[in-house]
Amino acid sequence: MSSFTRRKFLKISAATVTVASGAAVLSKHSVTPAQAAKRPATGVQRIPTTCDICFWKCGAIASVRDGVLWKIEGNPDDPLSRGRLCPRGTGGVGAHFDPDRLRRPLIRRSDRGRDAWHEVSWDEAFAYIAKKMHAIKAAHGPEAVALFSHGIGGNFLKHTLKAFGTPNMAAPSFAQCRGPRDTGFRLTFGEDIGSPERTDIKNAQCLVLIGSHLGENMHNSQVQEFADAVGNGATVIVADPRFSIAAGKAKHYLPIKPGTDLALLLAWMHVLVQEGLYDKEYVAKHGFGFEQFAARLATFTPEWAYPETGIAPDVIRATAREMARHKPATLVHPGRHATWYGDDAQRSRAIALLNALLGSWGSKGGFYTPASMDVPAYPYPAYPKPARPKVDNPDHRYPFAHETITTGIREATITGKPYPVKGWFVYATNLLQALPNEQETIKAIQNLDLLVVIDVVPSEIAGWADVVLPESVYLERHDDLNVELFREPFVALRQPVVEPPGEQKPNWWMAKRLAETLGLGHFYPWKDIEEYFAHRLTAAGLRYEELKAKGILRGAAAPIYAADGVPLTFETPSGKIEFYSPQLEQAGFDPVPVYRKHEEPPPGAFRLLFGRSPVHTFSRTQTNRVLADMMDENEIWVNADVARRLELKSGEYVRLRNQDNVLSNRIKVKATQRIRPDCVYMVHGFGHTAKGLRHTYLKGASDSQLVTRYATDPLMGGTGMNVNFVTLEPEATRV
Amino acid sequence: MSRYGMVIDTVRCVGCMDCVVACKTENNVPEGFNRDWIAYDVQGEFPTLQMEIRSERCNHCDAPPCVYCCPTGASHVHDVGGVVLVDYDKCIGCKACVASCPYGARFINPEGYAEKCTFCIHRVEEGLDPACVSVCPTHCMHFGDLDDPNSEVSTLLASRRHHTLMPEAGTKPRIFYLT
Repeated sequence: MSSFTRRKFLKISAATVTVASGAAVLSKHSVTPAQAAKRPATGVQRIPTTCDICFWKCGAIASVRDGVLWKIEGNPDDPLSRGRLCPRGTGGVGAHFDPDRLRRPLIRRSDRGRDAWHEVSWDEAFAYIAKKMHAIKAAHGPEAVALFSHGIGGNFLKHTLKAFGTPNMAAPSFAQCRGPRDTGFRLTFGEDIGSPERTDIKNAQCLVLIGSHLGENMHNSQVQEFADAVGNGATVIVADPRFSIAAGKAKHYLPIKPGTDLALLLAWMHVLVQEGLYDKEYVAKHGFGFEQFAARLATFTPEWAYPETGIAPDVIRATAREMARHKPATLVHPGRHATWYGDDAQRSRAIALLNALLGSWGSKGGFYTPASMDVPAYPYPAYPKPARPKVDNPDHRYPFAHETITTGIREATITGKPYPVKGWFVYATNLLQALPNEQETIKAIQNLDLLVVIDVVPSEIAGWADVVLPESVYLERHDDLNVELFREPFVALRQPVVEPPGEQKPNWWMAKRLAETLGLGHFYPWKDIEEYFAHRLTAAGLRYEELKAKGILRGAAAPIYAADGVPLTFETPSGKIEFYSPQLEQAGFDPVPVYRKHEEPPPGAFRLLFGRSPVHTFSRTQTNRVLADMMDENEIWVNADVARRLELKSGEYVRLRNQDNVLSNRIKVKATQRIRPDCVYMVHGFGHTAKGLRHTYLKGASDSQLVTRYATDPLMGGTGMNVNFVTLEPEATRV
Repeated sequence: MSRYGMVIDTVRCVGCMDCVVACKTENNVPEGFNRDWIAYDVQGEFPTLQMEIRSERCNHCDAPPCVYCCPTGASHVHDVGGVVLVDYDKCIGCKACVASCPYGARFINPEGYAEKCTFCIHRVEEGLDPACVSVCPTHCMHFGDLDDPNSEVSTLLASRRHHTLMPEAGTKPRIFYLT
């Protein structure tokens, strides 16, 4: 059997599905008698729930008019949304009505000559999956099954797979996103900054953003607080190769050369130390290894940084002094998507150290100490102990990875080392767009005996699956309780506000049924999820009925700043803020960050940068018709002078060719003054190649497809993705 | 008599389009159309740039050309707050109003009538803010009575620098942008 060609990328669409067993597909206006009986004939119901258009999980109130979903607004009781959702949350209605949704479980049969899916019953789907899982377990052990998941919806599937006996569960949010940042902060302060971030943006008097494009990156609480800070007259300093929305609010915009942020950070710290502007008392009290740190900064002068970064020495000094003037209410934002160049954990550590010099960790306007509600976990039976350690990071190759590395699981799946991985579950993450180098992902998939994809729409990854399980969207389901670390403790409930339009099911139901099919039913002692909620909430001294009615229950607010008595403790080996890191030194890394040049694009080529739009989340909302009406394809931002030289005009289509000769789908040019001439930029998530995503199929280009090269962070295994270079090729025919 | 207007703080606005989405769901605006939109006004050359971001829509002008040119009386000034509205039953879809509006605020609904922002008069008459104002995560939008000197909109206009769009068109727009 040829392992590489046996599996074809199957586009799930109505035309390729053969109905194996009954049940007509329901239109959005169809209702079953059971549904109709539940619905009021007329009037508006307002039902509290939480949003899941992104992982921020804002408290929301959905309005259902005459039984049909009408609109979604923020829940005023919710500390995250403060009663106002972001555009994606407001547009969440489009997720429910999306005509391209998956409706029934699908199995790709073994007769692979036919590009056809069979709709099956849920029981058939679980029986098929369980049989395959038992076979994998018998041949390779339970650890040979891995899970990739994103968001709170995956909690119960994790539970089932832990019960099955595998430790291999990862989310792209670590090695493809915030991982380096969290590692950098852990190495420095002994803690990471969490999600939602513990950044006190609204009280910052000086806010420094390094490539972080708040306002385009639409994490609701952060953007609300950003507007508060700007409205309060905070000094905003933005370093970005692109004149972002945030740059438009900045007093100082630093058009930094891509890949040189660490040089700028070192020069800023040099100025603070050399001019004695840092918080001496704070550093003396909480710092470890400051003298060694200061000595190593000596050569990183603004004059040294100038040719690297393109930022003039007087600007570097002026902005460093501005930061010092407002300390400790100066927040150097650590960003979120931090996987850029492969030295990202060290860059993030430099951000942490700069904050440490300013005394902002623990201070108002800096990093607060978050609180959470004490809601005990459900008392499940103990999981079986896996016979082998996690597969992703053999011999602790990446010694400071504190979460599982997705790309490590992928590599093990390709190589079979340290042991084979033969089954993947993929929940709510479009791996082909989330991981760099899609060919490696496809190669890994070819080695699998089982690929199960759980999604709401027929995404690219679903096209590669053996079994596709259609999940109900967040407006139609319960998920696990949301207990966040935030400014004040709270617990929030996601609950259905409308019925799903087909046979879609929530993750908790799938995970429980799968466990039962696997003979692991005793890991689900509860009958349904409401019984589970009631049990956990009762244990926390709360009432489920009250949560159900309000959507949010808030705990008592406690002090969040050191000045108000919150003790500053650091879980580092020294128990202090590690300006100099012996644990890095012992592992063979720079104990104080050092800048090293990154490869630059060859003449005629541009560095490919990518980012976010406020109206889309990753590659999962482009088919939402409401949000598609806000933005239905991405553009390639090209510096206006460069565009003139290349004879390209805004609105014309080009294709991008990268250093490995990969050619993108066509994408519209945006010729603009808002970007440097040495890079181009696009919003992530477009250029879908799955035909079942009818509305968004082949609209715009996919940055992921062009990220064939990535630079792995030696500290924690993150995949730096801003290391790809592209040229622009005009489309012969203009549309 | 009240005279409704909107004051939008371009300093706080990040152009996220929540106002556009909220209008769409609140008013069931058809796919492919929007009653409001975001304008990015960029001046200068890289890297010395200025950018004003504006949430734009019908200006509910005091001197509305769309009302003046409407042959059927469908476009009219509403009794409450002087809001400019379209009576869909009277509208014949002739597009005179679409052509007359200097702000491009109107479109023809696929069902054949002119459509545009109503200031969410159905909400305002219930004591609520228009949908766009009520959802804005940056709190950059304010709605109220311009003739009431104590209203939030009047106070903001009295204390902050502001401008309107195309004052030279003589339409006397009632949406003001704080700068």
